[in-house]
Amino acid sequence: MRKRTLGFVALGAAASLFLSACGGSATGGSDSASENEFDQGSTQIVNPSDKTGGTLKYAIEADFDSTDPGNTYYGWSWNFQRYYARTLLAFNPEPGEAATDLIPDMATDLPEPNEDFTKWTIQIQEGLKYEDGSEIVAEDIKYAIARSNFNGGTFSLGPQYFATHLDQADHNVYEGSDPLAGFDSIETPDDYTLVFHLKDSFSEFPNVLAQVQTAPVPIEADRGELYQEKVLSSGPYKFDGEYEPGVKLHLERNEHWDASTDPVRPALPDRIELEIGVAQDEIDQRLVNGDIDVDARGTGVGAAMKGTLLDDESAQGNLDNPYTGALRYVNIHTPIIENVACRQAIMYAADRDSLWRAWGGEPGGDIATNLLPPAIPGSNPDSDLYPSEDNKGDLEAAEAKLEECGEEDGFSTTIAARAESDEDVQTAEALKESLARVNIDVNIETYPTADFFGQYAGSRDFVRENEIGMSVSGWGPDWPTGYGFASKITHGDAIMETGNFNTAELDDPEINGLWDQALQTEDPEERADTYEQIDTLVMENAAILPVVFNKALLYRSDELTNAYYQPAYMMYDFMALGVDRG
Amino acid sequence: MLNYILRRLGAGLLLLAVVTAVTFWIFYVLPRWAGVTPHGMAAMYVGKAPTPEALDATVERLGLDQPIAVQFFDFLRTLLFGQEFTFGRETVECAAPCLGYSFTTNSPVLPQLLDRLPVTLSLGLGAAVIWVIGGVSVGVLSAVKKGSIFDRLAMGTALIGVSLPIYFTGLLALAFLVHEWGLFPVSRYVPFAEDPVGWYQVMLLPWITLAFLHAAQYARQTRAGMLETLNEDYIRTARAKGLSERKVIFKHALRPTLTPIVTILGLDIGMVLGGAILTEKVFSLNGVGAYAIDSIVAKDLPVVLGVTLLGAVFIVICNLIVDLLYPVVDPRVRIAT
Repeated sequence: MRKRTLGFVALGAAASLFLSACGGSATGGSDSASENEFDQGSTQIVNPSDKTGGTLKYAIEADFDSTDPGNTYYGWSWNFQRYYARTLLAFNPEPGEAATDLIPDMATDLPEPNEDFTKWTIQIQEGLKYEDGSEIVAEDIKYAIARSNFNGGTFSLGPQYFATHLDQADHNVYEGSDPLAGFDSIETPDDYTLVFHLKDSFSEFPNVLAQVQTAPVPIEADRGELYQEKVLSSGPYKFDGEYEPGVKLHLERNEHWDASTDPVRPALPDRIELEIGVAQDEIDQRLVNGDIDVDARGTGVGAAMKGTLLDDESAQGNLDNPYTGALRYVNIHTPIIENVACRQAIMYAADRDSLWRAWGGEPGGDIATNLLPPAIPGSNPDSDLYPSEDNKGDLEAAEAKLEECGEEDGFSTTIAARAESDEDVQTAEALKESLARVNIDVNIETYPTADFFGQYAGSRDFVRENEIGMSVSGWGPDWPTGYGFASKITHGDAIMETGNFNTAELDDPEINGLWDQALQTEDPEERADTYEQIDTLVMENAAILPVVFNKALLYRSDELTNAYYQPAYMMYDFMALGVDRG
Repeated sequence: MLNYILRRLGAGLLLLAVVTAVTFWIFYVLPRWAGVTPHGMAAMYVGKAPTPEALDATVERLGLDQPIAVQFFDFLRTLLFGQEFTFGRETVECAAPCLGYSFTTNSPVLPQLLDRLPVTLSLGLGAAVIWVIGGVSVGVLSAVKKGSIFDRLAMGTALIGVSLPIYFTGLLALAFLVHEWGLFPVSRYVPFAEDPVGWYQVMLLPWITLAFLHAAQYARQTRAGMLETLNEDYIRTARAKGLSERKVIFKHALRPTLTPIVTILGLDIGMVLGGAILTEKVFSLNGVGAYAIDSIVAKDLPVVLGVTLLGAVFIVICNLIVDLLYPVVDPRVRIAT
């Protein structure tokens, strides 16, 4: 069924360029209402089917950071690259809570740690093949990890967990004649075994083994930065021609992939096409009209389409409204607002209800009163150290805290926000208004998004020179645990001179100690308890003012099969998707 | 004549050098004035939460800590003489004119630009044909039928055309003509050589939209020029001689009117070929304009330099062609040699 409706959206988008307020109930409605329910894909597999064939069409506005699995950090890119990049482990391809469990992908089983989690051993299946028919061996995975983390700066876009945790002296695979000479932190005693040696205990190491950096790369196939033009596939699809940056990436079936070895990818479509550089409004329109199947960015429709779809009765069965896994928050910079009571005054005075409205209210997410998002074990969204009636702020408590920190007449400070993000700027404005009630005078400064952490809010010098007391931010997990989510924004060791994401510069010995302790704890439930303690301590330190646990509005077409929201990837599980054009 | 062309080309080259230097200055010197360190700049080109080592390596790889003069002359040398680039263990020769490799995608800039050029050429030249023919014809008709309903309607429409930005008319056209009524296909650019019909179908709507904006200006300019010329004595003489009205209008009145039209046409085409950013973005065409804006947002200096140079080259060339065309349009003009 194809729908040619909702043509007014682009008009709405155009009009909204002139009129900042855009409400209205402009909609053409669908031909017929979907049989599915609103938000069904958040907890169930929608349109289950094993029908193969067809072309699954994706579109996206902004390009990959890189199509090279060794050099990418975008969430959608990690999800998408699994079409051609198999990883050692994978997240369970199921909706709901089970989705954050790890299962083997290329591996035969989950890795075995030693007693203190500094040595991990994993076996891979025999007989796995690349697209050219050659066999995948353990050394290729070792090399892939080495090149992605120990490359003398050739690749700078991907995460650096291996570089941080492997017990490895300085190394550069692109120097010397033997790229792996001296690279002994990963051993390959035979073609199917890998042994990882870590510097410190790291009980969550298996989560890193689910990242696309573990996709195998044979030494002779590596072309450095140019490898991304045509990645050697280990998955069910391979590049059809070269990747054209900013234009397209087309994938066709890889005949050498063996479905029986792969518990993660049903590989239903015959072909995958990704169109790059399509404007977001145009993507939304094509999605609703059935001209494309999936918005690859995966974070939901744009503002213009959001209003239209929510107002359209017949579209409700095509909508999902899951948590994105991200927390929207305000950093309260500890070096600028040094006194914890002054920071707590901000926490009390903040009108969380109006901050939540700045994020679009109900469909935009839930009011957040703690650090860890609900899907993460250890999260306790009911905890609220700074409670107030209707979440409007507790002004008396705020004033008492101001007195405690010796600023009974209030104080002035500056908040930094990303200029191109309407929600961030509106958050800053809402906060300014609510803090004015206790004579905390806030000056809003906006800076370009692209340099926000490199040169402005994430530059320690800049923050000090300009006395920036707060900054609006957002964060999503690298993997769905407390450590995978919050260590980079709250561990003292994560503070950087520039590109600093622990922007509040929280460096609390107790919190740092708990992070380190968690990594020595085997039992996930025990770890979750530690993460809950950290959450509470961060709130007590008043370094982070949580705003919303973000939700996305996703459009799921009736032609899409096996659609469900995968919380570990924070979007639909691309690997499960198929098409049934009826 | 040849002397004239050479002199103009020489001036053009000088202009290109200045444009390059200014682009460099904006990119490197302005942020330094604002107190941004090389590491701060490098943070743009690394993933989130980078390690200090990754930042150091990026500063070195992109030469962000080098003095600006060194970087500038390095760029010029690469452009004029080519350079070898090393990727992993592979060394790739980038022959002159080499614009280097993108900071963000690591793809070579010149081939990327050339890949996207056909899209922009198709868009710009196709639209120009429509806006010149449409604009000038409407202008002539309006002038001849001054005060008529046609004149008023045409000039009213022209006013709307000039006033409405592309992102309004373009989105409106997409919403109704493509998505609502399905009169035009939803699809991507296809090269003319591969599928001429498909190419025409995909390009028609962007052409009309872009032409609508420019045609209005041409119609008004032609009408004004025609009205002025039609009042000249020699027109009265021509009519008195008994020439047909058709000859009076097209041979005697239109030709002098065309001189200023050709001037603005040269500039307009030059600019559109440098990238019709809004049109390309609205219609999701991956041309030079879309490449330009994406690279500016991503601070991808080699690409920014590439598109800026290309745009400047087009403006220089189109202006030169216009100057050479003057004597053809108006025989009274002689090029000073």
